[in-house]
Amino acid sequence: MEEIYAKFVSQKISKTRWRPVPAGSLQTAETFATGSWDNEENRVSLWSIGDFGNLDSDGGFEGDHQLLCDIKHHGDVMDLQFFDQERIVAASSTGSVTLFLHHPNNQTLSVGQQWTAAHYHTSPGSLSCRSAPCTGVVCSNPEIVTVGEDGRINLFRADHKEAVRTIDNADSSTLHAVTFLRTPEILTVNSIGQLKIWDFRQQGNEPSQILSLTGDRVPLHCVDRHPNQQHVVATGGQDGMLSIWDVRQGTMPVSLLKAHEAEMWEVHFHPSNPDHLFTCSEDGSLWHWDASTDAPEKSSLFHEGGRSSIFLFHSISNQANVHQSVISSWLSTDPAKDRIEITSLLPNRTLSVNSLDVLGPCLVCGTDAEAIYVTRQLFS
Amino acid sequence: MAERRGPCGIGGFGPAGSTGGARAGSSLATGAEPEARARSFGGPANSRWLRLGAMEELDGEPTVTLIPGVNSSKKQMCFDWGPGEMLVCETSFNKKEKSETVPGCPVIYIIRKDVDVYSQILRKLFNESHGIFVGLQRIEEELTGKSRKAQLVRVSKNYRSVIRACMEEMHQVAIAAKDPACSRQFSSQVSILSAMELIWNLCEILFIEVAPAGPLLLHLLDWVRLHVCEVDNLLADVLGSENPRKHESFWKLVTILVLQGRLDEARQMLSKEADSSPTSAGMCRILGDLMRTMPVLSPGTTQTLTELELKWQHWHEECERHLQDGTFASSPHLESLCKIMLGDEAALLEQKELLNNWYHFLVTRLLYSHPTVKPIDLHFYAQSSLDLFLGGESSPEPLDNILMAAFEFDIHQVIKECSIALSNWWFVAHLTDLLDHCKLLQSHNLYFGSNMREFLLLEYASGLFAHHSLWQLGVDYFDYCPELGRVSLELHIERIPLSTEQKALKVLRICEQRQMTEQVRSICKILAMKAVRNNRLGSALSWSIRAKDAAFATLVSDRFLRDYCERGCFSDLDLIDNLGPAMMLSDRLTFLGKYREFHRLYGEKRFVDAASLLLSLMTSQIAPRSFWMTLLTDALPLLEQKQVIFSAEQTYELMRCLEDLTSGRPVHGEPDAQRLQDDDIETTKVEMLRLALARNLARAIIKEGSLEGS
Repeated sequence: MEEIYAKFVSQKISKTRWRPVPAGSLQTAETFATGSWDNEENRVSLWSIGDFGNLDSDGGFEGDHQLLCDIKHHGDVMDLQFFDQERIVAASSTGSVTLFLHHPNNQTLSVGQQWTAAHYHTSPGSLSCRSAPCTGVVCSNPEIVTVGEDGRINLFRADHKEAVRTIDNADSSTLHAVTFLRTPEILTVNSIGQLKIWDFRQQGNEPSQILSLTGDRVPLHCVDRHPNQQHVVATGGQDGMLSIWDVRQGTMPVSLLKAHEAEMWEVHFHPSNPDHLFTCSEDGSLWHWDASTDAPEKSSLFHEGGRSSIFLFHSISNQANVHQSVISSWLSTDPAKDRIEITSLLPNRTLSVNSLDVLGPCLVCGTDAEAIYVTRQLFS
Repeated sequence: MAERRGPCGIGGFGPAGSTGGARAGSSLATGAEPEARARSFGGPANSRWLRLGAMEELDGEPTVTLIPGVNSSKKQMCFDWGPGEMLVCETSFNKKEKSETVPGCPVIYIIRKDVDVYSQILRKLFNESHGIFVGLQRIEEELTGKSRKAQLVRVSKNYRSVIRACMEEMHQVAIAAKDPACSRQFSSQVSILSAMELIWNLCEILFIEVAPAGPLLLHLLDWVRLHVCEVDNLLADVLGSENPRKHESFWKLVTILVLQGRLDEARQMLSKEADSSPTSAGMCRILGDLMRTMPVLSPGTTQTLTELELKWQHWHEECERHLQDGTFASSPHLESLCKIMLGDEAALLEQKELLNNWYHFLVTRLLYSHPTVKPIDLHFYAQSSLDLFLGGESSPEPLDNILMAAFEFDIHQVIKECSIALSNWWFVAHLTDLLDHCKLLQSHNLYFGSNMREFLLLEYASGLFAHHSLWQLGVDYFDYCPELGRVSLELHIERIPLSTEQKALKVLRICEQRQMTEQVRSICKILAMKAVRNNRLGSALSWSIRAKDAAFATLVSDRFLRDYCERGCFSDLDLIDNLGPAMMLSDRLTFLGKYREFHRLYGEKRFVDAASLLLSLMTSQIAPRSFWMTLLTDALPLLEQKQVIFSAEQTYELMRCLEDLTSGRPVHGEPDAQRLQDDDIETTKVEMLRLALARNLARAIIKEGSLEGS
């Protein structure tokens, strides 16, 4: 982790996302998108970490990321997802959802489709609507699902002007994030510590399943699904705890891991190497969790420099052992055998790390200290 | 009125090293543009002057800010200070016609004090230096002596490198700018940043490094070389040409190299001259030898200062002898170089053009006449160099005064002059903080507020808080102001607009980490209030639980109960069913939770449990009396069940509750039609209840009697 590049960009970064590489191609990640928040004028920007020919041969700018293009965004960028190679979906604090088009020929961004007032509050006793921030968005071509502070779930299609499906009052509290479980099922997390699974095949406004932490109602801020084992889900909460859930069984998390000191804003399994997990937090830290059992340096668990530390699983449920054969390393509960190695990736604590994304050997994260960090050697 | 001095958005500060020129009135950040950022809501297009400045003991002329759109001939103005801004509006007193109400002033102007905060490039400076600042505060106090000093010097260098990076970017932007006015503006920023770095570097040498005689001069030489850097371009230019010796700037280059004490490079240049011109080869060799043999302090050797002085004296005499003997008489270039190396003031002043500025003159003069100058003697040479260099033609400028104050080791004067000259608090706040860590400022206390370090940090942080986005940086600065930081943070943090819940969570986290319970409560209350207004009762309840705000929880619970009464079903069950211990926050919330539990038990057909819960809600006085009728009505279906659910004892209790309720009713005066109808329904309800209770009592007595009998 020597090669981590920081660039100050004069805007607080709320989201960072790699552009997906075409399936089956050998390309590595080279373009990412960012969204800003809390500025007088917010922007969605595209950056490249690719080489710029001879420009960088003197070594001065090598590894630095360069701005490709950007476009104004009305309101804070609350969430950002690549719809496909050329399209980006942005969720706004004004309640609108925008599909941006990237034109690689002349390096510009334009608005492709916009759903204004996708999220709104209805005031008691009056017909007027107030916009509500859209807090999360997830895409699975051609569908886009958004959630918001109004507790509403919207299902859009890229080519439809109106929402295909809306679940009003899906949640009594704020929905913070959403992810696809298996099409057409989605999973949402809310501000009273619940995971809800929704099945779009079912009519009605009730979730098909509710999972929650016991009693404490600690808000959950982020969720990610294991890329291969669709029943394994990781969430991050307000207290910085990482929870691993098995949605097939029980209504409680399989394990709770003490992690950050403040809100965990994002959690991501590595898409192609899911024994690795990445989390970032309001406390300004960015962690790499390594649960692979075949790590060669397993015997010497402490890295030089003392930056990493070992955490044992605090399992609160032993039921997971039932399906030993298909168990992923995240669900195993034997504390003596399975350890997770945690490495802190940022050299020194800064302000909140709001977002991160991993793709192949590359990681990008953005902070409230207006810096974007990029590394291209995650596993070196 | 609060008295505020120093940066007020406008100040004069010329480019580094420029001599003379129109400087007065030039504003730092925006060229000729006035700094008033006005938000107009429509109004007359005249203008009026506003004077910002201190009322007494002026350190400089108060700056004038022009506010466009204010009618000076007719209207008067009023204003109010904010933390980083000032509000100005017109007032129109009309004494004669009091009856005629003049519509309120159509325009309110917001005048921002710290305009540099709004520069996109300077934002990088603020953000990057924030990290360094926080790191510096964490330097352990135990570190003493050399390691501590090394740490502090490292921190100082980090700050400088951030300034330089910013300067370079600003320079790039200035070059790329198409609009000449824009380009000028960026260029002026570059010169300000360059001046900042120059001052900081000198302060680093004198106050942080505290270089003793000997090394002091080496540091000063580096300082001059770093800031008079045109020579490198010239060097590349000359060496790159076909025949360097014939280059028009050849001698200029050699002279500059000698002036900067870069004798090795100068000697190489001379050897080129010697190679191509046999007539002067001898002279060049002699001068080259003089250059080579000039004694310099090499760090790492055990050579004492006295030894150095002796050797140097010797060398000096040798140079003198060559000059006397007329060794270089046939080459005016070489002769003048030799004179420079003798520290001849007249010869040095002849090179005024190449020296650029008086501090370069000072350092060159020290190099060739007092190489072992003591820190304490610096100010004497500095003053005389300044006088000689300016020669009475022009008066010293702000930058000159600041550098002079530094040479005099008058830290407070340096900070004061910088505060006046620079348009933002960044520089003075960070420099003062660093010097304070060097334990150089302890004795100085201000007659207002806390000490100087804290005062400057507070000003800087307040400026950050006035910015819509940089407020997060300000928090850490307040944290490290022991006396007034906390109060300031409390006042500022409450004024952050909470546009989204996520932003609110960030603000809450800041407050919770600092145990600012009052602010936590108020933020949660704001959010709860917003949620209620948006008809999001679940969210409202969550926020009031988080704030432990019993009164508000009661209010929200009442809303839930009212909705239930209207609709006959509960909303937001996912929350109410999972209240847990939070239910105890307020009686009404407990009632809400328990009442919902009753419904659940009833739904699960656990009638006996449901019945005793329902009764206990009334007998324990948790249920509000206004709700008793609803509860009793809920008891009706239980009373009508086939099996007996309420025991005789419980039925008596229920009856007592019903009688309590009905007997306590006030007698109405003039009943209207609606009330009559309501009363009618009520009476029927009571009658039905009485009947059901009586029947249940009968069944219960029989059942209990028969059970006991059997």
